[in-house]
Amino acid sequence: MRRSLGPALALLALPAAALGEERFPPPEFSTGYQMPAPTTPPPRAGTLAVLDVVLLAVALSLAAYLVLKRRSRNGVFALMLFSLAYFGFYRNGCVCPIGAIQNVVVAATDRSYALPAVVAAFFALPLLFALFFGRVFCAAVCPMGAVQDVVLARPARIPPWLEHALGLLPYLYLGAAVLFAATGSAFVICNYDPFVSFFRMSGTVKLLSLGAAFLLLSMFVGRPYCRFVCPYGVLLRWVAPWARWPVTITPDTCTQCRLCEESCPFGAIRVPTPEPDPALRHEGRGRLAVLLLLLPVLVAAGGWLGAHGSGRLARAHARVQLADRVWIEEQGKVRGTTDASEAFRKHGHPTEELYREAAELRFRFRDAGRLFGAWVGLVFGLKLILLSIRRRRDNYEADRAACLACARCYRSCPQEHARLGLVIDETEVPDAVDQR
Amino acid sequence: MADNSERMSRREFLAGKVRLAGALAVCGGVALLRPRGAIAGTVWQIDPNKCTQCGKCATECVLGPSAVKCVHVHAMCGHCELCFGFFEAQPNALTTAAENQRCPTGAIKRRFIEDPYFEYVIDEPLCIGCGKCVEGCGTFGNGSLQLQVRHDRCENCNQCAIADACPSDAFVRVPATRPYLLKSAEGEQ
Repeated sequence: MRRSLGPALALLALPAAALGEERFPPPEFSTGYQMPAPTTPPPRAGTLAVLDVVLLAVALSLAAYLVLKRRSRNGVFALMLFSLAYFGFYRNGCVCPIGAIQNVVVAATDRSYALPAVVAAFFALPLLFALFFGRVFCAAVCPMGAVQDVVLARPARIPPWLEHALGLLPYLYLGAAVLFAATGSAFVICNYDPFVSFFRMSGTVKLLSLGAAFLLLSMFVGRPYCRFVCPYGVLLRWVAPWARWPVTITPDTCTQCRLCEESCPFGAIRVPTPEPDPALRHEGRGRLAVLLLLLPVLVAAGGWLGAHGSGRLARAHARVQLADRVWIEEQGKVRGTTDASEAFRKHGHPTEELYREAAELRFRFRDAGRLFGAWVGLVFGLKLILLSIRRRRDNYEADRAACLACARCYRSCPQEHARLGLVIDETEVPDAVDQR
Repeated sequence: MADNSERMSRREFLAGKVRLAGALAVCGGVALLRPRGAIAGTVWQIDPNKCTQCGKCATECVLGPSAVKCVHVHAMCGHCELCFGFFEAQPNALTTAAENQRCPTGAIKRRFIEDPYFEYVIDEPLCIGCGKCVEGCGTFGNGSLQLQVRHDRCENCNQCAIADACPSDAFVRVPATRPYLLKSAEGEQ
């Protein structure tokens, strides 16, 4: 081919940028040949997306009913299996509220991006339900929670210091997700979703092994992703404490029998606080004052560190990477090209434009990095403050923020047994024995 | 006890206010972001004018065989006997023998129409979206072979893995109502 047509083709190939020109005009056929038209199979219909939202709303309502009204763990488990099958394996885990955080952030920072209505609904509905019923989304609707919950075999008790420390991770992850989404660099939550490759039944080795590691861990640690990673859980944590109808372990009054103490695999049951020692209380006050003064220091230090480290963060953006690469290629500091720099040259855009764009992005990253650093400082500072505040508790209670509303603890309460008629409460039915 | 119940009712009152504020914030915040456009929103597509046929479509997609396939816009095709999309750079002969074909999976079906014209049809189940034929057709021919995301296969991931890896920013979000960006003889469709 090159032998015979080489010079002519070289001439033809020169204006390669002018794609789609007709070097060989389409022929007129004398045999009445009909050209096939290219097929364009449509994407999933919008009505089906509406069905997803309707199913989400129905599942959330049903979850609230099963957890709070029926108080049925079996019902919650069945609904969880449905969610796992539908939102997980059938819908391949997408759209999900966790990832929707990023779409909301992009919509807020980039006016050219239109937030799809379905994504907006998936983001808002679980939060609205949490405002009234607690984290019923986590209990039975989230497919990622469900996949960890079904494999939970022998939950280990995590020491409080570790639980508190790991509990900070979701806040940092949320900050990072917002940072990268707001700068238009990446959707980290989706990129490192450990279970989506299981739902799709395909994925890279890296992601599949991450998912396998999480599943293995989920057998011995109750829902590790939900408690120590999930950034949407952070939003739910803020909202759930104000729930109108929160999860209550006992259907009646707490008799402080301690039977529920070990029933929560997620460490969300809080025990009654002992009477405070006046001496310790004084010491605690001093510590709280110090921590309150420390908070602005931590925020400022975090902001300073974030702004200084933003150069590295900016490298996560593809345009900044490309600008760096083109720069060192132009300076002759490196030989050869990458796919990206080759594609950039092929389009013939001026390099100055690229450098300017990269410089603007670096500025944005500096602001975003400062905010991210300040956020990290704020999270650490507030955690320290919250750790030194005592809230009086007289009964065994589910921690409203941490409770995943799984309904496991109900059956450990003797009052629940009485409610269900599983035991005969002799105080209420005095002649029960005679009736037997 | 009276003190306790008073404390509880005050808390309940505050919680009610916070709930109202929270509900307004969530609904108002989302409404402020103006969810608009088609209900299903956007889908991913390749802009054929930006595509450089780097081959990442075949390797980066989260699906086994990629959701990206070659689409043939027959109206642009020159129906050449020596098709630069079909044949290897220096074919031994202009036959359908495997060693002459550019396509690694033999997904382009060549059929004689009338002298000297041939028809080239993509056998989609075989196509892996590597773009080798697109490169050949675009460099030396009319550019009638184009890579496109096939929406009967695409999962429409929030973050398209190929878009992430694409060196030429050719992946764009397009409205779900107009999901293809095929070049046609008259310009973009």
